[in-house]
Amino acid sequence: MAAHGPNVNYLNHDKSIKSWLTTVDHKRIGLMYLVAVSVAFLAAGVLALLVRVELIAPGQTIMSADTYNQVFTLHGVLMVFAFIIPAIPGALGNFILPIQLGAKDVAFPRLNLASFYIYLIGMAFVLGALLIGEVDTGWTFYTPYSSGEGSNAVLMVTVGVFISGFASILTGLNFIVTVHKMRAPGLTWNRLPLFIWSIYATSIVQVLATPVIGITMVLLFLEKLTGIGIFDPALGGDPILFQHFFWFYSHPAVYIMILPAFGIISDVIAVFTRRPVQGYTFVALSSVAIAFLGFLVWGHHMFTSGQSAVSAIVFSLITYLIGIPTGVKVLNWVGTMYRGSIWLKTPMIYVLAFLFLFSIGGFTGIMLGVLSVDIHLHDTYFVVAHFHYVMMGGTVIAGLAGIHYWWPKMTGRMYNERLGQIAAAFIFVGFNITFFTQFVLGSQGMPRRYYDYVGVMDTMPYFETLHAISTYGSWVLALGLFMVLGYLMASIWTGKKAPANPWGALTLEWTHTTPMPDPHNFTFQPIVTRGPYDYHLADEIFGDGGDGMGDGATVPSLVPDTSPGVTTPQP
Amino acid sequence: MSTTTAPTTAPAAEGHAEHHHPPHLKHYFVSSEQQFDASKMGMWLFLLTEVLLFSGMFVAYIVYRAWHPEVFVKMSELLNPFWGGFNTIVLLGSSFSAALAIHYAQKNDNKKLIINLCITLMCAGIFMVVKYIEYTDKFSHGIGMGEFFDPTGSYAQYAIPYAKQFFSIYFVMTGIHGVHVVIGMGIFTWLLVRAVKGHFNSEYYTPVELAGLYWHLVDIIWIFLFPLLYLI
Amino acid sequence: MGDGSFWLPEAASSLASDLDVLFYFVIWVSTIIFVMVVTAMAYFTVKYRRKSPNERPPFLHEHKLLETAWIVIPTILVLIVFTWGFRSYVKLTVAPPDSYEIYVRGYMWNWEFTYPDQGFTTLEPILTVPVGRPIKLIMYSSDVLHSFYIPAFRVKHDVLPNRYTSLWFEAEEEGEYQVFCTEYCGTSHSAMLAEVNVVSEEEFADYLASGGGGYDDLPLEEYGQILYAGQSCQACHTLDGSALVGPSFKGLYGATRELTDGTSVVADEAYLRDSIVNPASQAAVGFVAGSMPNNYQGLGDRELNALVEFIKAQE
Repeated sequence: MAAHGPNVNYLNHDKSIKSWLTTVDHKRIGLMYLVAVSVAFLAAGVLALLVRVELIAPGQTIMSADTYNQVFTLHGVLMVFAFIIPAIPGALGNFILPIQLGAKDVAFPRLNLASFYIYLIGMAFVLGALLIGEVDTGWTFYTPYSSGEGSNAVLMVTVGVFISGFASILTGLNFIVTVHKMRAPGLTWNRLPLFIWSIYATSIVQVLATPVIGITMVLLFLEKLTGIGIFDPALGGDPILFQHFFWFYSHPAVYIMILPAFGIISDVIAVFTRRPVQGYTFVALSSVAIAFLGFLVWGHHMFTSGQSAVSAIVFSLITYLIGIPTGVKVLNWVGTMYRGSIWLKTPMIYVLAFLFLFSIGGFTGIMLGVLSVDIHLHDTYFVVAHFHYVMMGGTVIAGLAGIHYWWPKMTGRMYNERLGQIAAAFIFVGFNITFFTQFVLGSQGMPRRYYDYVGVMDTMPYFETLHAISTYGSWVLALGLFMVLGYLMASIWTGKKAPANPWGALTLEWTHTTPMPDPHNFTFQPIVTRGPYDYHLADEIFGDGGDGMGDGATVPSLVPDTSPGVTTPQP
Repeated sequence: MSTTTAPTTAPAAEGHAEHHHPPHLKHYFVSSEQQFDASKMGMWLFLLTEVLLFSGMFVAYIVYRAWHPEVFVKMSELLNPFWGGFNTIVLLGSSFSAALAIHYAQKNDNKKLIINLCITLMCAGIFMVVKYIEYTDKFSHGIGMGEFFDPTGSYAQYAIPYAKQFFSIYFVMTGIHGVHVVIGMGIFTWLLVRAVKGHFNSEYYTPVELAGLYWHLVDIIWIFLFPLLYLI
Repeated sequence: MGDGSFWLPEAASSLASDLDVLFYFVIWVSTIIFVMVVTAMAYFTVKYRRKSPNERPPFLHEHKLLETAWIVIPTILVLIVFTWGFRSYVKLTVAPPDSYEIYVRGYMWNWEFTYPDQGFTTLEPILTVPVGRPIKLIMYSSDVLHSFYIPAFRVKHDVLPNRYTSLWFEAEEEGEYQVFCTEYCGTSHSAMLAEVNVVSEEEFADYLASGGGGYDDLPLEEYGQILYAGQSCQACHTLDGSALVGPSFKGLYGATRELTDGTSVVADEAYLRDSIVNPASQAAVGFVAGSMPNNYQGLGDRELNALVEFIKAQE
């Protein structure tokens, strides 16, 4: 039986390892996801640094061609499947979503823990295969290269991706049900924080798209194992069919990666400008619209692959239709700042960085959607730069905004604000040096997944300079990221104790104690009476009577009653 | 967001203190209805993912059939519509008994619930036995998947281009469907054990209902597979 | 060869400059909008910076006109870009009917070009074409996916096994242009390079008449050196003694080879020739039988002799 008392919270009510590994508390599961995806990000990030070092000069620098091919494959697979897909829904979504809903937990807590372990098992397969078996297919596993003569470890990777797909499906399913069925009284759909809207939209994509990668992996597995002849042209199969199957998942998967970022940006920008997000309804519903439209654009990855011209044209057009709502969101966020009260703390600095970088990623996406221009840019570094601006400049930067924003709530500690701002500057500058040069490299013709460019130095003399600059930038970027790791870790032991509501935010998690209590979020059901960003109505938190910081612990009905008779027993 | 209510009017979890707490109600739900609705919605979403899993295979089927219709017509000669039809009826029967199981759980008739769970299990078993006979017959004639497709004897005339693709699709689709039937048998066995222990009644029959939903899906997928593979 | 700009390499085909106009149009419109957005962001950040913790911004009603404007204007802009891109895409896809056709075969990790009227196939990855005439490449692969990309012509298309894909271009200036493989294809993907050699009509006629080479007069060892590069041997076999996918040619001739089946053999001319034609038959210890493609049976006697001579010369 867990201990209870005024200083007991979800972190310290039971400190045994077992209590963590077997917990069904969404907050602890969220933290475990945070650790797991951070490890994956660190590992995949170190691999990226190795790739950059290899490319700093033409010729062999630090590794052989085969090693290089395995390293970029491992980088891609880990970043996509182990890090960026589970990162925000798994870590922040798990922690924040039920509290923002005013629920005691997600709808299926045991399923939630199961998804975490399924994810770990899947990743163990992937990692094992990549380390033992020399997989060098790239993360896209295009047939017939992947199904052909190469290493049999591809079999193990497909099993790993298949398994981790279940984790993604179950997490999405859990969140959809939780949002539908467990909202607090008064928390109507148009009062939902935009973070919830975006996680909800993400979950729809997870549930609808992931089964398709599942069956694709099954077919690829059987193709490799017994040669069923569906994808392998030598046996009468069609490699383009594989690409259709693969991108039918992997394009929507891009929205699994970026939609949660939109939610974080919306929440943080509202809090740090004290204004409701401009065009709330548009921002909320366009996330859901993007989730569905995202299923209709997969063919834009295949403009040069041999699909018909008609389908290429249709895919290009729909790609634009999906681009517009995304662009309008950016304008809405900037519009939110108009006549706001802008507080330049670390989370807000990341939001500004996001708006800058994601806009570049978006505009270059428009360029890649132009059919004839894409012919030139397809499979070059331009594409590499584009998706790093969207995924890293978008999702990772937004993730950092979210981590810095919710860190006090999660750990009960404040990090060093000054170091936070310096690190953000390093990341912003390093990122642009690393990846902006890659736009130029790509439009100059540098193909992606190239181990070497020594053979073309006579005809393409800029490549060496540009690659070198990009590599130097990656070191600045890495320095910034390691700083973040350092001061966040340090804050756990040496950080100042965080107040309940350090940012003066209005959503439910901030009107609660810090850290969150154990075992349940709410002893009494909160009742919601206004929108998530209605600062003009929040008189009790700040305004004439308040101190401008707001401290939810002073709102009486939300203080958990910890007297033993009231607290719910463990199941 | 805030709350304007005093603790005394908050309706949430004070049920514990008042001892109105049914044993099946999880602490994080407000009421049995909420719990039931949530479970049911979760199941429907799960079934949606199952449909999408199979739709990937149906797309592969459609693509290859569109490219080589004559091969598909010829190959379906090798599949026996009698046994396929028999299995269809068996599965339909088991779906009916699964529905009856839910009905009797709602009526608090534990005995009939147990009988119907047994019938469902039995039908699933018959289905798998027929499937086993069909598979071994294919294998004995050298009709397998991928590199194991090497028809011998009287079947040698079927070794035409893209025959392999037909049987790859046949084995993948019916194989994954068969896996679902086996999983369903596991679930119904578990339900049977719980039913014997008397866990289900008119207030709590969620697992029976959800297993029934799952079983109907397995049935419906077979209803698509049967004509596509055996008949046309 | 002309010069490129900051963003793009030189434009050397008839369609390239049109495409570049579109490229720069998108870049400049994007830049203008981007600068506007970032300026607004920076201005707001300075102007509306929080001055006291108790500050409470006014409640603003949403500006419907503005909202509508920033949905409508981008929509118009992208529709312009789409239509433009779509029209030039059609031009890029449909080759003129009088195009000169050349077959292209991609394999791990080399390109070869076959001139259908003369029937000869190149031995080096150099595509020789006449200036000012539309050229249509009919492409296929013998193994995995590849992609044929000429940056200076702004053309690219995937190359697939068991089917033909095609692209066309019309070179506007004589010169040599880089070709890349842009679909990842394994170990030596980045070494799967080729060159387009754009020549005058007269030179092209001479080239065709010579059967694609004028190699007949070369000494065998020199011819072997051309083939070593041209047949992509260098992707796996070094000349400096270090082993890659396959053994180095340095000191190979005359050495005693331990084979994977336990026997050993002296690497004489017969062994060298046999290992080129039928590479899996006598794999040496430390190397994987089957990692070398079975592509080389098609080489003629003179070519095989030349390669053997070249290997013999690497002492």
